[in-house]
Amino acid sequence: MFDAHIVRKDFPILNRLIEGKKNIYMDTAASAQKPYVLLKRLEKAYLEEYANVHRGSYWLSEIATENYEKARHVAAKFINSESPDSIIFTRSATEGINLVAATYGLANLHEGDEILLSRAEHHANLVTWQQTALKTGAKIVYFDLDDCGNFVWDNFISTLSSRTKIVAVTAMSNVLGTIFPVERICKEAHNIGAKVLIDACQFAVHKKIDVQKFDCDFLAFSGHKVYGPTGIGVLYGKYDLLKELPPYQYGGDMIEHVSYEKTTFALPPARFEAGTPAIVQAIGLSASLEYIMQFDFDDIEKYEAELIDYTTKHLLDIQGLKILGTAKEKGGVFSFAIDGIHPQDLAFILAKEGVAIRTGHFCAQPLVNILGYSSLARASLGIYTTKEDIDDFIVALQKAKNFFTNEM
Amino acid sequence: MNIEDLIDDFSFLDNWEDKYKYLIELGNQLPHFVDSQKIEQWKISGCQSQVWIIPHFSSSLLSFQGDSDAIIVRGIIAVVLEIFNDKSAQEILDIDVEEIFDRMGLREHITPNRRSGMLAMVDKIKFYARQSLGEKNEYSRVSGQEDL
Repeated sequence: MFDAHIVRKDFPILNRLIEGKKNIYMDTAASAQKPYVLLKRLEKAYLEEYANVHRGSYWLSEIATENYEKARHVAAKFINSESPDSIIFTRSATEGINLVAATYGLANLHEGDEILLSRAEHHANLVTWQQTALKTGAKIVYFDLDDCGNFVWDNFISTLSSRTKIVAVTAMSNVLGTIFPVERICKEAHNIGAKVLIDACQFAVHKKIDVQKFDCDFLAFSGHKVYGPTGIGVLYGKYDLLKELPPYQYGGDMIEHVSYEKTTFALPPARFEAGTPAIVQAIGLSASLEYIMQFDFDDIEKYEAELIDYTTKHLLDIQGLKILGTAKEKGGVFSFAIDGIHPQDLAFILAKEGVAIRTGHFCAQPLVNILGYSSLARASLGIYTTKEDIDDFIVALQKAKNFFTNEM
Repeated sequence: MNIEDLIDDFSFLDNWEDKYKYLIELGNQLPHFVDSQKIEQWKISGCQSQVWIIPHFSSSLLSFQGDSDAIIVRGIIAVVLEIFNDKSAQEILDIDVEEIFDRMGLREHITPNRRSGMLAMVDKIKFYARQSLGEKNEYSRVSGQEDL
């Protein structure tokens, strides 16, 4: 059975004190903390097995290459990719989305075409397509969620048309927590011949990704949110599609043959990994993914569902607190506002209580604005979040609220 | 009240709760901006709350008004204005604001993100000071802080 108390012990940073208080880390949606096994793996990679990959014919290079390519297999397993060749290591999910926009997008979008996004996309999956639309003359179309943040099938269907060439949606909103029905979205989009890119940054932390079941064309997630290192992300693409795409960047390691006159390019994934990749970060990521995969995702989901109910109930006990995003299908993020108290003021006091929450627009400025705010507070859950963490968070929140109620 | 009194007051308060309460009290004395003052032109980017600073150039001295939608930030603005108001441009450029916040014992209570918000205000004030000295091609060091 999954026990967050035991998991919590695997994350050394959670044992340190913050301002003399217990570390209550409620900002996993921005970046997750790291398990000890990751730190050990990074150490081993640098201390014992480090050299550049795909180059030298000496032991260190061979073992580094082997570990790096093994990491690709682990990433493939994590998302149930049909082949490791469909896994491209990127710098981040943002880079993965940019890669798709710059290769598939620029090559296939024309004036009159439409790119379909939800209103809940964060900047990585919004600004990127806005700029691609500007370059290609394609138009961005948005579909709405309902007031609770529920995905509304009719809203999606009514915006999908024969002009839609790309559907780019999150699998889980980083503001509202809404889980999107990605499998149905892919099926419907494919019926009209559109391609689908899934932004799985938040989803990957809370739910099992299965790219074959989703049948998505592209899927991106970042390493640092799934308890892995920063500076590494994964882009999945269907291999037949990847094969047709032009390179994203040029340099070493992505070529087949180079002469002074011309260059032919390697097959994917090498074609999209120009230059020396983030070798140790990829290896570290594989350690983090293996760490998560030791648990049964069904158990994690079951535990999290309980914790979501628990958190929701106790948050709503606080007078004047409103949760933004109460979709039936939601993951562990809670955006909220308290009447008359600015989120930043709240965060000032919570920080003093050892509680880390996010304030601002969470890189989803248009969404926060249409919800009627310039800034919100957000608490988010990780696999190490315990009921006691929630209790401490709620006590700190109540204390902060009293602090300002007495001051105003 | 002058800045030395303010430093004395703050350093006398020995816990963060009292310091924050005093900041809020100072902020409460700042007049609220009307909507016509809360415009993009006066907005400071790089803050997690909305902050507006309006400069006034009169004779040889500069003065500023400021407002925010967060009350602790209003307190920080009140302190910043106390430090910079009614000074010459050169005096403004010579002020080491971090050293003053240090002496107030406030620096440790304002986290790096908040501090960069505070420094964004100070950068803007110094930008106006440079502008009034007629220096060309100066730009604000205000960084766009991103919320991921």
